[in-house]
Amino acid sequence: MRKKSVNIDIAFTHIFTRKKQTLVACLGVTLGVAVYLFMNSLSGGFSVYSRGEIFKNSAHIKIYKEDKISKPFIESSNENELVAIVNPQITTLSKTLVNPQGLLDKLKKQGFLTHAIAQVNVDVFYNNGKSQLKGTANGVNVLEADAMFNISSYMVGGSLKDLQGNLGGIVIGKGIAEKLNVRLNDNITVSSSYGITKTLKVKGIFSTGSALSDQSKSYINISTAQQFVKEGPSYVTTIYANTLNPDAAPDYAKALQQLTEYKVEPWQVTNADVLSGDLVRNTMMGAISLSILVVAAFGIYNILNMTVMQKINDIAILKATGFSGGDVIKIFVTEALVMGFLGCLMGLEVGGILIAIMQNVWMGPPVGYFPIYFSPQFFMSSFLLGILATLGAGYIPARKASKVDPVEIFRK
Amino acid sequence: MNQFENLKTTEQEKTAGSINRDVVLRTKGIGKYFHEPVKFKVLDNISFEAYKGEFLTLVGKSGSGKSTLLYCLSTMDTTYEGELFIENEKITGKKTDELAALRNKSIGFIFQFHYLLPEFSCLKNVMLPALKLGKHSYQEVEEQAYHKLEMLGLKDQALKPTSKLSGGQQQRVSIARSLINNPQIIMCDEPTGNLDSKNTQIVFDIFKQVAHDHGQTIIAVTHDNDFAKASDRTIELADGKITNYDKKNFD
Repeated sequence: MRKKSVNIDIAFTHIFTRKKQTLVACLGVTLGVAVYLFMNSLSGGFSVYSRGEIFKNSAHIKIYKEDKISKPFIESSNENELVAIVNPQITTLSKTLVNPQGLLDKLKKQGFLTHAIAQVNVDVFYNNGKSQLKGTANGVNVLEADAMFNISSYMVGGSLKDLQGNLGGIVIGKGIAEKLNVRLNDNITVSSSYGITKTLKVKGIFSTGSALSDQSKSYINISTAQQFVKEGPSYVTTIYANTLNPDAAPDYAKALQQLTEYKVEPWQVTNADVLSGDLVRNTMMGAISLSILVVAAFGIYNILNMTVMQKINDIAILKATGFSGGDVIKIFVTEALVMGFLGCLMGLEVGGILIAIMQNVWMGPPVGYFPIYFSPQFFMSSFLLGILATLGAGYIPARKASKVDPVEIFRK
Repeated sequence: MNQFENLKTTEQEKTAGSINRDVVLRTKGIGKYFHEPVKFKVLDNISFEAYKGEFLTLVGKSGSGKSTLLYCLSTMDTTYEGELFIENEKITGKKTDELAALRNKSIGFIFQFHYLLPEFSCLKNVMLPALKLGKHSYQEVEEQAYHKLEMLGLKDQALKPTSKLSGGQQQRVSIARSLINNPQIIMCDEPTGNLDSKNTQIVFDIFKQVAHDHGQTIIAVTHDNDFAKASDRTIELADGKITNYDKKNFD
């Protein structure tokens, strides 16, 4: 303990007698860590935001009947034989899932699922007078769908509850309302490709922030949807399920695939385009923030290198009086670590303040406040990376110091 | 060769007088080359012994290899031929960490320029080698350091930064530092080279006292003939060879 403390003692004396240099080195790390933390929180915030956008429209897991292509009647019996099949076609006659209630019950028994709902999606035309708009009506159980997609949080007019049990009601996207020039409690005519036309009362208007979905999507009761396709209550096109951990959705999907013959698709597959954008953005931000951290580490490297050059006589005398190369490394690495530690702490503080400021910047709808957030995980990783960078930056000059040959110094 | 060795011993016996004859440091055929700018033999077959409680000086013209020899003896320079023994233990071939520990425990150093650490107080400078040794607690080491400084008449200066002291005082602090672990051997490279005659006398008296009263061995490289003359024994080097084991006549 005593032997250790003498190295640390020397390191701290060096630090305290050159406060200015220490401060400069610390500030370098502070800047690096602050920017690293800020950028990561920004990128994390964006990811959470964009994921939120995704989950407004898609569930973690989607189960539906996949289109099948017709197969030849005769299977080829050996490799040399080729069976030609003329004009292969999609052979799906009905998009319905057989025994959806049975499948739902099975799903609800899975511990990792939080919600599972059945849905009937119908391609429809919205009409008001002469204007007509193409879109998709989602037939849902309103309460279940709200629990899953949190629809009520982006309602801009009316109430989702008014749709509950109201077979003549509809909740439409803001874009549809604008284009058809309808308001709350106006009637619109909705017709399906099965020749069913209904007049429905607008009970609510929502705005998801995505023009595409606002201009085409609507919610109706599931039985209304079933009427649109001339089917009974057992007709269900899609089952949506939410899981405990959206990141593990692909694994859950694999497990669920064992339960059913229908296609089980995790949200990552459905939204691959958005995710690849996220990945590129995260990688870019990571690279930028990491390089700033590296620059900060170079600051520490420079200052310690200078210290070693200036203290070369001291190092020689320490070695002459019995300090080993390892002791010298410990002294200088301790100095680097202290600078790094102080710099990291200040960096976390500065980064935290920046995040707090940005959190209160109002971006306007549909984004709301700037999407950045505090995450203990980012604070931890920034701190650890900062320490790691200074450790690396400190070790190189420390090693150089440990290699100082005292004889060479004394002979000068 | 044999005859020469005999001659050397008898000569030493005659002069040593009251000195205790335990060998503290012994070299066997030490040789060393410098490779820059051209290969050049600085030390050639140096064999001698240093005894316990002896105040030994190494003299010679500049370039004679006396400083080089001292650094070989100091264990800091390991690139030499031949063998070095300290307290009958073979030092040649040991690892650098072992050598560092050995220097810490058994060898004290005093240089022409004091080489004190400027950030520390005099007391702390003296304490550092003992703290590194770690044999005693911080308080004990502090007490010992005070004691050494008192012995060298520097007790009032103990807590001052080293830069506030005069050259002679600084050199005495570095002597206190070299003595703190009570090493067997104290090696000095031109210890009085930078001092006026008054301070030289003080340093000399301390060396005498350390060697004769405390039985520690002093090996000092010097070009100050008066200083060498007053020491117990003087070894003279010329062109990397020992030319005299007990030089008497100084010009």
